This record gives sequence, C-alpha cells and structure tokens, in this order.
Amino acid sequence: MADFFFHTLAGQLILMLLETLAVLVPLLIGVAYLTLMERKVMAAMQMRRGPNVNGIFGLLQAFADAIKMITKETIIPTGANRFLFLFAPFLTFSLAMTAWAVIPTGNGLAVANINVGILYLLAISSLGVYGMLIAGWASNSKYAFLGSLRSAAQMVSYEVSIGLVIVSVLLAVGSLNLNDIVLAQRHVWFCVPMFPIFILFFISALAETNRAPFDLPEGESELVAGFFVEYSSLSFGLFFLGEYANMILMSAMVSILFLGGWLPPLGIAPLTWIPGPLWLIAKILFCLFVFIWTRATFPRFRYDQLMRLGWKVFLPFSLLWMIATAGFLLATGLLPQGVS
Amino acid sequence: MTEALKQDERLNGQRDVLDEGVLPEALLPEEVADKEVERRTVEIDSHALNFGPQHPSAHGVLRLVLEMEGEVVARAVPHIGLLHRGTEKLIEYKTYPKALPYFDRLDYASPMCEEHAFALATEKLLGIQAPDRARWIRVIFAEITRILNHILNLTAMGLDCGAVTPALWGYEEREKLLEFHEAVSGARFHANYFRPGGVARDMPAGMEEKIAAWAEEFPNWIDDLEGLLTENRIWKQRTVGIGVFTSEQALAWGWSGPCLRGSGVPWDLRRSQPYDNYDKVDFEIPVARHGDCYDRYLVRVAEMRESVKIIKQGLAQIKPGPIKVQDPKFSPPPRAEMKRSMEALIHHFKLFTESYHVPPGATYTAVETPKGEFGVYLVADGTNRPYRCKIRPTGFAHLQAIDELSRRGMLADAVAIIGSLDLVFGEVDR
Repeated sequence: MADFFFHTLAGQLILMLLETLAVLVPLLIGVAYLTLMERKVMAAMQMRRGPNVNGIFGLLQAFADAIKMITKETIIPTGANRFLFLFAPFLTFSLAMTAWAVIPTGNGLAVANINVGILYLLAISSLGVYGMLIAGWASNSKYAFLGSLRSAAQMVSYEVSIGLVIVSVLLAVGSLNLNDIVLAQRHVWFCVPMFPIFILFFISALAETNRAPFDLPEGESELVAGFFVEYSSLSFGLFFLGEYANMILMSAMVSILFLGGWLPPLGIAPLTWIPGPLWLIAKILFCLFVFIWTRATFPRFRYDQLMRLGWKVFLPFSLLWMIATAGFLLATGLLPQGVS
Repeated sequence: MTEALKQDERLNGQRDVLDEGVLPEALLPEEVADKEVERRTVEIDSHALNFGPQHPSAHGVLRLVLEMEGEVVARAVPHIGLLHRGTEKLIEYKTYPKALPYFDRLDYASPMCEEHAFALATEKLLGIQAPDRARWIRVIFAEITRILNHILNLTAMGLDCGAVTPALWGYEEREKLLEFHEAVSGARFHANYFRPGGVARDMPAGMEEKIAAWAEEFPNWIDDLEGLLTENRIWKQRTVGIGVFTSEQALAWGWSGPCLRGSGVPWDLRRSQPYDNYDKVDFEIPVARHGDCYDRYLVRVAEMRESVKIIKQGLAQIKPGPIKVQDPKFSPPPRAEMKRSMEALIHHFKLFTESYHVPPGATYTAVETPKGEFGVYLVADGTNRPYRCKIRPTGFAHLQAIDELSRRGMLADAVAIIGSLDLVFGEVDR
C-alpha cells in the first residue's frame, strides 16, 4: 500500500490531491467562520449582538450566507467584457488558494516544502492585483475602474515595503524556506528583536489585503464597493472568499515570520504538548482579531495619504532597518552562512 | 459607444473656463520654462461621475455630478429636487394646526425644532404666548432634538470617512432620546408635538427624572465618541484643512448654524434673538476658527455638551402649570370637559374642522435648528389657512457651496465635506 502511494505516479497524484484537500477544506471552512467571527467581534465592539438567529451563536449564518449567494442570479452588466468579467473573480480566488501550498503548519508539514517558499508567496500575492485590475476594467463602470486603479497602486506600493521587511528577516535566517524561518525562531520570536518592522509588516499586511483603514479600493462611502461593485452571486462570492482567504494568509505570514509559526511561546513542558498546528491557528486567530479590531476603530485613509505613508514613511524605514540589520549581523559576525 | 460614454461627452462639452487654462509658467519644470523648446499641450479629459442618488454617502437623495480628473474633483454640480414634495404649496391648503405636521417631514433628523419655527410664527400672528411650562418643555425638547441631530450627523460623517463604530454607538444613544420623543408625543420621529400656543400634551409622570438621569450619563458617551475620533490621527488627516470656508465666504453664501460657527462667526439665534425661554438659560456658543471639516465637527461636539447644560437648567427651572394657552379658541378642551360641557364640545368641533382664523399679517420667524437658521415666512390673510408659507431651509445654503468647497479636492474629501455640512434632503428639497 505504501509502495503504491510513494512509488507510482497515480499514487503520488492521489496523495497530492489528499494533501491539497487537507489544506483547502479547513481553509474554506475557516473563511466561512472568519466572516462570522468578524461580525461577532465587531458586534461586541459596537455594543450589539451580531448574527444570532441561524443556529446557536449564529453558527449556521455562514452557510445561510453561502446558500443565499450561490442561488442569486449572476448579473453581467451590458458593455462588460464577459470573459474577463467572470475570469477575474476566478483568478483572485484560485490565487488566494494557491498561496497556501507553502505554508507550513508544523515542522516540515507543508504541501510543498520548497526552498524558495517566501519568494513564491511574494509572487502569488503580487499576482493578486491582476484579479482586481481585470475586474475593474471589465466591469465598464467608473466606480469599479477607480477602485481597481486604487488597488493596483496600493498593492504595488505596499508590496515594496513588505519585500524589504522580508529581506530583513531573511538576513537573520539565511534561508528562503518558510520551514527554516520558523525553526530559526526557536530561541526568540522575531517580533521581539524586530518589533518596529513587525508592526510595519502588520500594517502593510492590512494594506495588502485591502482592509480598513486601507480599504480604499472598495471604500464603501466613496466608491460604493470599488472594483466589485458590479458583481453579484457566485462571482461576488469568489472575490469575497479570495479576500478573506488572503486575510488568513497574511495572518499566517505574520505568524510565521514574526510570531514563531507553529512553535510554542516557550519550549517548556506543558506548552510543547499542544500540537504545532494548534499554535499556528491560535496565532493566526490573534492576528485576525487585530485585523477586525483595527477595522472597528479607525477611519479610512485618503488615497494620497495612503501613498505618502507607503512611499515616504514605510519604504525609507524598512530600507533603513534592512541596512541596519545587515550591518549589525556583519559587525557581530552573526550573519548565517548558507542554509542552516 | 455606450450610453454612458455619450453622456460623458455631453457633460464635457459644457465645461466652463476652469478647465481650459493651460499649465501656468510657474508650474513648468525650470529647464522647460527657460529654453525655448517646442511646447506640447496634452489635454487630459475629465470624466463625469454620477455620485448618487443611490450612493451610500449621498445622505438621502443628493445627486452630485462630479467632474473628475482622475481622483481630483474639478467641479461638483449638485442636483436637487428628488425629494420635492411641494410642502409649501400643500400648507396653503391646510389649516394652521394641520400644516404643522409637514414640518416634521422637512428635516426628519430634527423634527421638533422645525415644528418650533412654525408654532412660534403662528403664535406671533395670533398674538398669543405659550405658558411658561410649555416654553420650558419646548426648550428641553428642542435641545434633545439638537443632540439627536448632532449624534446622527457626527456619526454619519464618521461613517463617510470609514469609521464604522461611532455610528452604531450613536444608534443606542439616539434610541434613548427617541424614547423620550415617543413618551411625550406618541411618535418617534414625526412628533407633531409643539403646537401654536403650547405643546400637545404634558410630559408623562416621571419624565423629568428620566431625562435628568440621561443628562447625567450622556457626557460620558460624548467622551467615548471623542476618544474614537477627535485625536485620531487618521480622522484629523481626513478632516483638518479639508473644505475650508472663511467667515467672509460663509456669510456671503448664507451659511448659518454650526457650519457658520465653525468658520468663526459667533452667531446663534438662541442668543441673538432668544425665543421661548432661551433667555433664562446660561450656555456658551462654541466657535471655531479655521472653517474646515474638523472645526465643524468640533463645534457640533461642543454644542452637544452645551445642550446638556441647557436641558439640566430647564429641568431645574420647570414648574407645574398649564402646557397650552388657556383659551378654548386656540387649544382643544380636555377630553372630560368635552363630555360634560356643550360649549367645550362646540369648541372642539370648530377647532378640528374649521380651526382658528388668523388675523391678516406677515411674519418671518426663525429658530436655531441643529443645522442653522430655519425660518418660516408666513403670510396670513385673515382666513383659517396661510396665504403663503415660505420656508427658509438651512441645508440649501450649505449645499450650494459644495462646488466651492470640494473643488480641487479628492473624491474622498468631497465625501467628508458632504458629511460635515449636515445635509438632509427633506429640508433642502421641501
């Protein structure tokens, strides 16, 4: 049996499929319940109840929403490019799913434990902007178009600082493998020595996922819904799923780069009994809570202020930090040599 | 070419001189300005954006045609009239008491203050004055309405700038105030409570204590609201220096209320020409200097605190007594009286069918509503119906400045400006 799975092509394909499902199914359920969590947490902050009719604590609300969304009519506006209009949400959704291939949930526990994992994540998240651009352009609507222009500019500018932050981390690790990045934090999580850029990375993650206070591409009070203003039914649902999956993805990246991934806070007995994936999930949940907390607290930036923050504050700072990190590591001789 | 594009071209054809200027010498890069290079003018077409009436921040039914150059607003043309109901004309066909409920429906965010203007105007024409208790009740409820309106406006402005939470906190506080409305008038919004000659009925027992208890609590809520917004850096970035109007401009454009006071003009009708019992209360008139969105926000927050002060003073000074003019010609007799006295029955019948005849005359009576000076110009011709009733809305004057305020700003600024002007279209369109 083991022979079949590990030594024949068909067996390996089946194994790969099962691995993928093992990541995607919990992810999709997670997305469904993230929407519920967002509504419940925000409700608590705004002194109201949130969904509480479908199931206890509104636990079935996510499914009610899904069923409603799927059974709606897909409306394609006149003058829209039909193919691109439907292709965009599909692209966004599949990219958001694809990125999860390299996220390790335990030591070596990733669908693809590749050596350039972090580059892969950067590449995939950069591609995500295409979904929005295509959607905005294909909708043939001014609101959608403005939204997509904003999102393109925003994602590009914040990716630069995200990239530089990641480089700082990589300098300290000496590897592009996500697994190694986590293992390098056995003694101390990177959020301690690199606290300023941890914050910077988190804020950039908010901007990257178009969350408040950077939710300009879909700024409700300005652009109604931004680039997906013309979408309905499942095509809207795919955007929605993609966006929330991206939120979880960015939270996972924050956890892996700065919060020690699947590692417990201290390597002592009772904490190490809890399996690694649970630690990762707990950290992701914490990050998501902060995402939602931020949304309930802050007003929205204006477009030019967002750009100014990205290029004039974050970029110089992260660049400076990167150089300082490199200099410090060189001076103290702590620069890691090759793969650990 | 699609229909939308055709419409664009029509709008672009109407562009005024504003857009046609070429880049001034000073803005050109130096080397271009110095050397005699061949200058090429590239004209980038602006595009028209239909903002509303179904837009989430259009505050009702504002239709704003924004001429945009990318994200920058080149011109903002407000279109009004989508909520026009012919209120003024309708009032000409109603007796005075029946005309009153129309005022609730003008500025539906602050109904009782609008009633106040019409009640005072009719009283002036009739030559009657409401008894002391009625005047206190009116002052207290006018201030409650002011807070009601400011909560809605401030939190909606927050919502326009992307702050979700204040709006939902505001709902809870508004709910308490609307319950006061309901307790005295039976309706939450369209109260029909202030009547010529007093108020419809007395406050129910225990009402004064309830309002007093609320007035103790409410400043804490204002602190919470300010905690979220006032010193928030993003909020300040979004509002400070946005939509600046100098005091000269504000006066020239006919502004009033918090918007005018935000521009540095200390003008409040409650102080300059006190009506009802406003001369017996001690309150301050908050004024800010810069005339931007942030100052208008600050003025409104400060006004809420002053309103609480007025309510407390009103509750301290109010005494038991009649709540409407004790003249059966103007106010209906008590229910019980009607069952016993023939005369009372006749008065009741006359009042609710023919109503009273108002002696010929004209008055312009204005009150300080939460949004500013709200005036009623009432012409009586001796019959039981007004000959003419011209309403001076507050929002109209503010709305016309939108082009001036949002020009060369970003789209997001236009949204913040609309929020800070406190527009309600029931009143603008009438």
